[in-house]
Amino acid sequence: MSPVMAAGTQHEPDSRALSPLAPSSGAPWLALRPGPLLARHPTLIAGGITLVLILIAGVLAPLWWTGDPLEMKPAVRLRPPSAERWFGSDNFGRDIYTRTLYGSRISLTVGAAVSTLSLVLGTTLGLVVGFYRRLDMIAMRVMDGLMAIPAILLALALMALMKASVQNVIIALLIPEIPRVVRLTRASVLSLREHLMVEGARALGARTPRILLRYVLPGLVAPLIVQGTYIAASAILFEAYLSFLGAGTPPHIPSWGNIMAEGRAYVQLAFWIILFPGIFLAATVLAINLVGDGLRDLLNVR
Amino acid sequence: MATIPVMGVVAIAVFALLHITPGDPAVIIAGDYATVDDIARIRAKLGLDQPFVTQVGIWLGRIVRGDLGTSIFSGLPVATLIRQRTEATIGLTLFAMLISVGVGVPLGVLAAWKKASFIDRLVMLLAVSGFSMPVFWLGFLLVYVFAISMHWLPVQGYRPLAEGLWPFLRHLILPAVTLSVVYLALIARMTRASMLGVLSEDYIRTAFAKGLAPRRVLIHHALKNASLPVVTIIGIGFALLIGGAVVTESVFALPGLGRLTVDAIVRRDYPVIQGVILVVSGVYVLINLVVDVLYVVLDPRIRY
Repeated sequence: MSPVMAAGTQHEPDSRALSPLAPSSGAPWLALRPGPLLARHPTLIAGGITLVLILIAGVLAPLWWTGDPLEMKPAVRLRPPSAERWFGSDNFGRDIYTRTLYGSRISLTVGAAVSTLSLVLGTTLGLVVGFYRRLDMIAMRVMDGLMAIPAILLALALMALMKASVQNVIIALLIPEIPRVVRLTRASVLSLREHLMVEGARALGARTPRILLRYVLPGLVAPLIVQGTYIAASAILFEAYLSFLGAGTPPHIPSWGNIMAEGRAYVQLAFWIILFPGIFLAATVLAINLVGDGLRDLLNVR
Repeated sequence: MATIPVMGVVAIAVFALLHITPGDPAVIIAGDYATVDDIARIRAKLGLDQPFVTQVGIWLGRIVRGDLGTSIFSGLPVATLIRQRTEATIGLTLFAMLISVGVGVPLGVLAAWKKASFIDRLVMLLAVSGFSMPVFWLGFLLVYVFAISMHWLPVQGYRPLAEGLWPFLRHLILPAVTLSVVYLALIARMTRASMLGVLSEDYIRTAFAKGLAPRRVLIHHALKNASLPVVTIIGIGFALLIGGAVVTESVFALPGLGRLTVDAIVRRDYPVIQGVILVVSGVYVLINLVVDVLYVVLDPRIRY
């Protein structure tokens, strides 16, 4: 094979950034300077910046010329966007701009909580299951069964039996997500447990918990970080779906999904009620997915 | 033959849903305004007054016989309700799947062939935007542009296939396009990744070197060998399609399984919810079984 083809086909350009520290499973990002990072991963940077902006918008919502997200002004119902009401108002005269900014708090909370909790619980289960063969057979059949149920249906069914609250939305989205993390962790554990270093550690008398934590877990950090970003993105979408279908965040807490749910009756009259929260939702999810893709390339996952 | 244990787990999980959630399921299903008699009636009707193991046994026995119970709200058998709603959902998902494969695979092949070019970047950016898209929001955008502003297509509603193919399809165009976007993005990405792997093989270089037209090399030599992961994703993506269908049907007022579920959830009609989940998961498992069989057809090296 000619050298040109070899260079062109064998390596993604990103792998060069990692080559000096390729064998380490530590923290390769520490060695990267911002300049080359920006040049090689424009989408990662763009996604990251968008995400930070939405975070600032949501966390500091009261600072950005917003009002009270629940305040109703019947005199200014269904007003189009203007200098006074940037995103217009809904059928109760509530300000869509204010509600959208406050709504980002729910989305970001749900995204962060579902991804963190599913990673922690799923990894723990996956480590245990991957290392004990007897448990493995049964546990993985259960996981297969849970994964055969479409996530949104499972979440809807769970919400049908729980009170509408942000906490329960998180639980309902967490349960379909855990088996996917377990499967990912287990697959890595199965390949890592055959590794020479594990055999060595065992020969030196290391016990299973120590092997799992010191030899197996570090190899999982990169894929789990990437997986975590994708989980956050899909959790944010699913929260919006649940709220839109009336089985998610309760109506007295503005979230992007339920703002749009309330706007659906006014699609023809006041499209802005749906338009603006949707732009925020799509932008947030896209930003997180871009960060996920960027991290995948950067950390050389898969 | 992992199908049977998986379905068994699904059946038990769907059943257990009622019991793992906090509180008395009979009270929750009966709602806020129920009397003690209502609750007792529901408890007896669902067999909740029996010991747990007996309940599981009865439930599994009924499923094996194809009995999904009766709806608390309408009193009709759940199986009948599901049968009434399948046409819209099958029409919608098949239509969406056709669009996704028809557009997604060529886009993925193109992106892989023109790797690292502007076209590749554009396709990949579109793909990541595609599965970041909130399905219902996209639905409303399309309705606003093509139905409300331009009057080309109906805003919402459904015509059964019995009323003719064109009215049926016309009402499904916007929903199917809406639903296909996420799936299309996934297929384009998968096709590209899989094609990239194959395109670096020696036999592809040989094929190009002996002067075959790029189209022939891409389709006959590369795509054929890159098709396994793509077929897998078509199977796995079915769950995505069904999930999206629940939301899409709600936006476009299509009388499908998704609407049935959402209505059942509002009414806490639990037998219906359980029935739909069971049937949909069963179809999902079946589709993945078909995919496994397709492997053998596509790649004779694989044997079971």
